[in-house]
Amino acid sequence: MSTFQIDFGSAKKPRILGIDLGTTNSLGAYMGLTGPQIVPGADQQNLVPSVVYFAEDGSTVVGFPAVEKLKTDPARTVYSAKRLMGKGLADVRTELPLLSYGVDEAKSASVVHLAIGVTPPEVGARVLKQIKDNAEAHLGEEITQAVVTVPAYFNDAQRQATKDAGRIAGLEILRLVNEPTAAALAYGLDKRNQGIIAVYDFGGGTFDISILKLHDGIFEVLATNGDTHLGGDDIDQLLLRVALEDIQSEWQLDLSSDVVAVQSLRRAVIDAKHELSTKPFVNLEFAWQGRRYQRELTRGVFDQLIAPIVNRTLEPCRACLKDAGVTVEQIDEVVLVGGSTRIPLVRSAVENLFRARPHTELNPDEVVALGAAVQAGILAGEVTDALLLDVTPLSLGIETMGGVVSKLIHRNSTIPASATEQFTTAVDGQRNVLIHVLQGERELVKDCRSLARFDLKDIDPVPAGLARIEVKFMIDANGILNVSAKDIRTGKQQSVEVKPSYGLTDDQVEAMILESIEKAEADFNERQVREARVEADAILAATDKAKANDAWLDLSDEERSAVNDAVNQLLLVYHSDQHSLILEKIEALNQATMSLAENMMNTAVRGALKGTKI
Amino acid sequence: MLYYQSLEFAEPNLSLDSDDLQRRFYLRSRQLHPDRFARASNAEQQAALEASSVLNDAYRTLRNPVLRAEYFLKHHGFDIGEQRSKDVAPDLLEEVFELNMALEELKMGDESVREQIDHARGRFEHLRQGIDQQLEELFGRYDRQPEPGLLVGIRGLLNRRRYISNLIETATMAPSTDKS
Repeated sequence: MSTFQIDFGSAKKPRILGIDLGTTNSLGAYMGLTGPQIVPGADQQNLVPSVVYFAEDGSTVVGFPAVEKLKTDPARTVYSAKRLMGKGLADVRTELPLLSYGVDEAKSASVVHLAIGVTPPEVGARVLKQIKDNAEAHLGEEITQAVVTVPAYFNDAQRQATKDAGRIAGLEILRLVNEPTAAALAYGLDKRNQGIIAVYDFGGGTFDISILKLHDGIFEVLATNGDTHLGGDDIDQLLLRVALEDIQSEWQLDLSSDVVAVQSLRRAVIDAKHELSTKPFVNLEFAWQGRRYQRELTRGVFDQLIAPIVNRTLEPCRACLKDAGVTVEQIDEVVLVGGSTRIPLVRSAVENLFRARPHTELNPDEVVALGAAVQAGILAGEVTDALLLDVTPLSLGIETMGGVVSKLIHRNSTIPASATEQFTTAVDGQRNVLIHVLQGERELVKDCRSLARFDLKDIDPVPAGLARIEVKFMIDANGILNVSAKDIRTGKQQSVEVKPSYGLTDDQVEAMILESIEKAEADFNERQVREARVEADAILAATDKAKANDAWLDLSDEERSAVNDAVNQLLLVYHSDQHSLILEKIEALNQATMSLAENMMNTAVRGALKGTKI
Repeated sequence: MLYYQSLEFAEPNLSLDSDDLQRRFYLRSRQLHPDRFARASNAEQQAALEASSVLNDAYRTLRNPVLRAEYFLKHHGFDIGEQRSKDVAPDLLEEVFELNMALEELKMGDESVREQIDHARGRFEHLRQGIDQQLEELFGRYDRQPEPGLLVGIRGLLNRRRYISNLIETATMAPSTDKS
């Protein structure tokens, strides 16, 4: 008997993109033949600044061109939107004075709405779309699926908001991976096969520390800790404040309410910060309305200024060691991630704490994206030896009597993790039970973060205490909570309505997706119109030129007026937004000039025969 | 017992070797983790999610001897978890009383009792180590010869251990005037 081998694997599977969606910069990577590769940008710059300019007409600009807009139109240029992801107004109040763009406070109770009419997930979506476009242009194939990284210490709402950004951008996010874990993946692939690694991730807006155990390709996260509100942004803000005060005392002028001046000064202090990573001192310069401000900043003074910020990262590190159940001596390697780890003071603080020389071989701006690509390779089945076992950063609990939180899943539990709990009714014939789910380590509801309220609906009306509803809380591999419920008496699936405390509802996300599709249609239509106009320009110019030719005079009067008519018709529709109309008139002009073109050809041939110049 | 099945133990033993446990956990994770089913059908993805959440729960429980014993006892019909710190061990009454007095005095600002509290904590930690050794021994005996009486003994030790752990925590949480 003969056998046939069919290689189903030969059918090309769509590629999964890895994306580091950062506070300051974002970057894409994919699994190449030799390992993870960075997606190059259109302008030869790989990093895409996470900055989006929203023009009045609804069009957007992403990346470096948007950074330029910060200087001229700061109110419509959004940066650091990641700090607002999954948050409500109360969470971000202290940040508002630092932003050059406003927030619509009336709409922002559970989801921050920017004054220019967009939400942070929509801003994130524009950045994701840009990276998707870059990858498609580079790889020459359509990309629909991605692995996106998030800070390990992101809560449920922040994770959900990131997933929403993907959906709006037309990307299915197959997995959210924690940034420090991704970095470990990028480092650990061909390195040691056993050991304990600490990943210190100090980025633009967030700080994470994770401790992992490596064992023959398994990356088991033992514990994670961090601060989602601590990053290079805070250093920029501090320097900016110091510079503003200095300028005020020198010029007797308070520039802090002049958004354009502040943005330009912010740029100057950021440049100074970057330079101080390699130089012992730097000249901070700032020009404004003909005046010049100049100040020498030494690394010593800089270190003194930022020491409190750097020290804030150390307490989470100690807590993480304790939770992981390891001592400093047991840490075999330390990996540095994030742009802020370029600061010498940060490096020495990490060295002092872990008593180990940190790894810096990989570019700290790229290592997370590279790790996301490795995880994409794992999901696609291209990488088979590595597996990531991550944890949930925060405990999950439900509200019980007296405003106390009863913990169901403890922080640093390996995910997926689940817990089941039984609920019953308190009143005869009660049809609904409301479950309030919270995230956090504290005992009282008021000290934890509300995640959502789950409404168990349509419970069979039975005497009080007789109903038995089993609710299953499941934290999936993305760190996102899913809830399902079953009526134990009937065995039927119980319907659950989710009311998220923060974040967009499904309907809102759907509406944004529709809008972005409409936008995409509008973009496409506009491109077609532009192309049609370019074609019209060409034929109008050619016709004009032909009229100067002898052949024009060889035409009959009717022919000449037909051409003039066709030219006028085309000019009439030239500014129309319907490309088909323009194309139609171009075709008509083409027809009308047919005999003119023939005549010109003949004239040319005759001219050539005579040996004269046409 | 589900947790033992999840880690593919032929039979549920109270004594487990932690290296063997980790090896089993990693092996099963490679088989069951949702990452392995990213492009499978919805039903398969759901099954992977369920199975790996049970596996993670199993590993978390079984690698900790106390949680493991509690899980084991629960499956043998013992009621676990309700007898919190109420059952004061009679032999410890005096020491507990002294610890509480010292904590009161510390609260009033008397730093001289701190040494006494540290000493008490050290002694309770020593007691707990002794219990852990006794537990290990009982685990082994039960695995060799499963007599229900041994489980009663294990439950008694677990209660005593929980009580002592609470004392250690109380002593550790004593208001610090920052010794570091």
